[in-house]
Amino acid sequence: MPDVQALVNEFLNKLKKRKIEGSQATAKQTAELLRSVISQQRVPRTNQAGALIDAVRAIGEQLIVANPIELAVGNIVRRVLHIIREEDLSLTTAAVAELNLSTVSDDDDDGGGGDQDDRPVLSAAAVAAAARNTLRPPSLQMLLEGAPDFVAVPRSSSSGGDSEGKSKSMDRNSRTRKLKHDIIEAVNELIQDITTCHELIAEQAVEHIHQNEVILTLGSSKTVLEFLCAAKEKKRSFRVFVAEGAPRYQGHLLAKELVARGLQTTLITDSAVFAMISRVNMVIVGSHAVMANGGVIAPVGMNMVALAAQKHAVPFVVLAGSHKVILVYIGASTCRGPMLCPLYPHNPEVLLNELRSPSELLDFGEFSDCLDFGSGDGSPLLHVVNPTFDYVPPKAVSLFITDTGGHNPSYMYRLIADYYSADDLVVQRRHAAGN
Amino acid sequence: MDARRGSLPVPRVRQVGFFTPNAQPAPTRSQSGPPDSSSPPLSDSPASNSLSPVMIPPPRHHSDNLAAAPRPTSPLPVPEPSPFRRRGADNNNALLVGSYNPAETLLAMSPSSSHVGDGESEETMSGGWFRRSNSGKLASSLPSGTFDFSPVQSTAEALKPNKVQNPVGISEVSARPAPKEQQPEAPSSSKQPKPKLTKAERRALQESQRAAKGGGKSVAAPEEVATIKSVKQHQTQKKDAPQVAVSVAASERKGGDKSQEKERRKDAPAPRMQFDDKSRVEKAKRRSVVDQTEAKKRVELFRHLPQYEHGTQLADLESKFLQLDPMHPAIYKVGLQYLAGDISGGNARCIAMLQAFQQVVKDYSTPPEKTLPRDLTAKISSYVSFFTQCRPLSMSMGNAIRFLKNRIAKLSPSLSESESKSSICTDIDRFINEKIVLADRVIVQHASSKVKDGDVLLVYGSSCVVEMVLLHSHELGKQFRVIVVDSRPKLEGKALLRRLVAKGVHCTYTHINAVSYVMHEVTKVFLGASSVLSNGTVYSRVGTACVAMVAHAFRVPVIICCEAYKFHERVQLDSICSNELGDPDAIGKVPGRMDVNYLNDVSNSGNLQLLNLMYDATPADYVSMIVTDYGMIPPTSVPVIVREYRRDHLLI
Repeated sequence: MPDVQALVNEFLNKLKKRKIEGSQATAKQTAELLRSVISQQRVPRTNQAGALIDAVRAIGEQLIVANPIELAVGNIVRRVLHIIREEDLSLTTAAVAELNLSTVSDDDDDGGGGDQDDRPVLSAAAVAAAARNTLRPPSLQMLLEGAPDFVAVPRSSSSGGDSEGKSKSMDRNSRTRKLKHDIIEAVNELIQDITTCHELIAEQAVEHIHQNEVILTLGSSKTVLEFLCAAKEKKRSFRVFVAEGAPRYQGHLLAKELVARGLQTTLITDSAVFAMISRVNMVIVGSHAVMANGGVIAPVGMNMVALAAQKHAVPFVVLAGSHKVILVYIGASTCRGPMLCPLYPHNPEVLLNELRSPSELLDFGEFSDCLDFGSGDGSPLLHVVNPTFDYVPPKAVSLFITDTGGHNPSYMYRLIADYYSADDLVVQRRHAAGN
Repeated sequence: MDARRGSLPVPRVRQVGFFTPNAQPAPTRSQSGPPDSSSPPLSDSPASNSLSPVMIPPPRHHSDNLAAAPRPTSPLPVPEPSPFRRRGADNNNALLVGSYNPAETLLAMSPSSSHVGDGESEETMSGGWFRRSNSGKLASSLPSGTFDFSPVQSTAEALKPNKVQNPVGISEVSARPAPKEQQPEAPSSSKQPKPKLTKAERRALQESQRAAKGGGKSVAAPEEVATIKSVKQHQTQKKDAPQVAVSVAASERKGGDKSQEKERRKDAPAPRMQFDDKSRVEKAKRRSVVDQTEAKKRVELFRHLPQYEHGTQLADLESKFLQLDPMHPAIYKVGLQYLAGDISGGNARCIAMLQAFQQVVKDYSTPPEKTLPRDLTAKISSYVSFFTQCRPLSMSMGNAIRFLKNRIAKLSPSLSESESKSSICTDIDRFINEKIVLADRVIVQHASSKVKDGDVLLVYGSSCVVEMVLLHSHELGKQFRVIVVDSRPKLEGKALLRRLVAKGVHCTYTHINAVSYVMHEVTKVFLGASSVLSNGTVYSRVGTACVAMVAHAFRVPVIICCEAYKFHERVQLDSICSNELGDPDAIGKVPGRMDVNYLNDVSNSGNLQLLNLMYDATPADYVSMIVTDYGMIPPTSVPVIVREYRRDHLLI
């Protein structure tokens, strides 16, 4: 355990000092950290899933507090929680099915080895379907069927434990190991997904970029870079305008890499975005996070670009790995149980933002001679605002390209159902209440 | 035709006709001006034409022309009486009276007020000849259908010497015999009478034109005197009058149209030099003083704009200092300052240029066998092209240059050289004072009235007018905060921020990317402009459009502060077609940020282009209001100001 705690602390420090840049790196490291947490976690006999969930949640909470702006952390924590639940459920269902089967064909325990191998496979589809039903937030179908959804989830884990308790001890041990093993497998898959999401997204580039296109982008995003290069590799020739993204000048970095890969690149100032957008065919940008409503949290200046694109009817395409899709129900109409709003209020551009050092805008001491002119009430005369992110409302986004394909902004909420469990929507709150 | 006649206006016209004792006056009118003028001018002609509402269009002219004349408001159905037109007409009238009086007295004709009636009276036979040049003008300009829209031009027309006009008078007279067919048409709308001419009339016109040919030649000389005397002429008229008058007269009526069109065409801005046109670029290069190396990596989209290596010209020019004998040192100095970027900002550049010209004029002496207006204009043109090579001129400077050349061209030849020079110098001073300094003061007055306590004002870049507005409002004791939005690479906002903070104004500073972050709290956006184009587009420092767009999206009013001399009749839809490119290297380097050096090693790669746009065009939809020295106007009113202002230009 102590080594895990050390790992966690190290990661926390990194997060707090904003040493980790980019949602992909953060997501990957979070997932790796959680994987080691899970593998190190000692699991009790009963209710193993619950214990794992608690452990992950405790660490997740620390991580989220360390950098509340890096939404990918919370997303990965939720995804891992979701994985635990799903694995547990599938295992339980399999166990229940097996129990049923074993009662039916009790006579040949050993001889039916081949049979046993077959049956779980057969039931896997049913299990998955069942898992979907129980884990997903309420859909119209569920409402019509009247299936209990939210009650089912916690009970499933406990009932799993119960059923587990009923089964034989040999089975239990193997099953315990199996659960952990499955979870770690799934987390590995998640990490794999995060690493390869660029490629999956980039594969779609040819479908969206045509010959002689003029593309505008802002800031630097690895996804965008890969996306553009993928199109370039497919022998498409096009031109890229890169807005530099002051005051971080990530655009310079992107321009450099694009040039290195042989793309026709033009670097422009951010202020020239409006002037150039009338000649641009498509805006392709990366994102920091994608809200459930289809809004995007993106590097600062993106809202300006989106508005300009909207004005000129230029498609505004956001590339986002699915780890960026976060659970924010803006307007909170779909909330149930505990309010979501304290965590994700309806003013994301202010509240999900981070103000960076003024020294990026004004040199330290540059205005020190002016600052003697402070007014009588003691408030400083000069403020410097240097936000990191911008919020782009969903109506300004034409298309999301994720590793699962292209989606409309209005569809993004649905992805959440695939990736997250309704129980984990509020990692922090629930836990705080538990404390 | 008849059906139309039967429509509304007819009874009214009749009424008018009956009211006025016209049957008699008509014939006598030409002789007795005063009595005529007392009678409503509208009424007399229709009446004389036996009740037909024929004369309605001419009266309309009249009424416009003589807004001052004591006359009941027109009982006629005056279609679309736009206020602007009327105002223009008033001016027109003023011009007429001012410039025309001498001629009339010369000819011992009736007082100015009477020429109204004359214009109308087609029946007047021989007596009215000279005086009726005016009427002839009116009549001739009427069928062309352009009069209403070009008061200035028609004024110019009016100022044409009598002789030229006279034939028109004749034509009118001769055309009269067949009035009834055409006339009914006329009232319906004054803009389409031309095609309705009958054969007889057309023939009459042709004859009259022929007559004019003969007449024009003979009397070309006296008219020149007239033109000179009328100082308030249209600029182009001046050119036309001496040499072209004959040819104008030649095809009297058509010629009139043509010259009008020509003038209008001249009014329209000439197409700018396109730098992708190789032959023209070559030509320009041969002429140019500054040796500019073309940028190696030109941005494809902007091939039509000059793209030169920056930094090379300055040294080159400095070394050439002694060789450039035709260049006046003042011009040279200002040019270098433009090149080095020491002078920037529309007003500063314009004032520097004008003062340099003033210096030039002071030191000027006319070379032998040359005339001052021509030689000086040529000199100034060469200086202007030098300035252009140093840095493309702003539109406001173009306006100022046009003004200056106009003044020089209109100098009376009777003035001595020193008088001319001092007159030009005072003109320049007046321009600077009235169009820039005073205009700014008026704008500050207007704009600071819009600043309320508790306001959060957003400003972009560094506009001197906006800064004056802020400081003035601050001096008035208004409590407000200012958000200074800045953008790379010039970071002009820092200087503004420094000055504002030094004055004790509460400021927030940020980069343009964060504009949507700060826009929540903003109550008004104040922006400067390099120029306001005739379609309401605001041509300004790059980024202005972004700020205005975001403000528009957040429903924050956008107020543009711009002196009216910066208005231009050009139109522009985007920022690509005409723009200025700054030094591209400024983009790649970020001063003061050692960590941002990504582009150091790839900056000579062929694939990388750096684009440093200087201006952009803000669409009129984003602009709530433009504050000018003429008041606060919506962007849709810009063309009106442009048009009115042109005339103002003449009158200054």
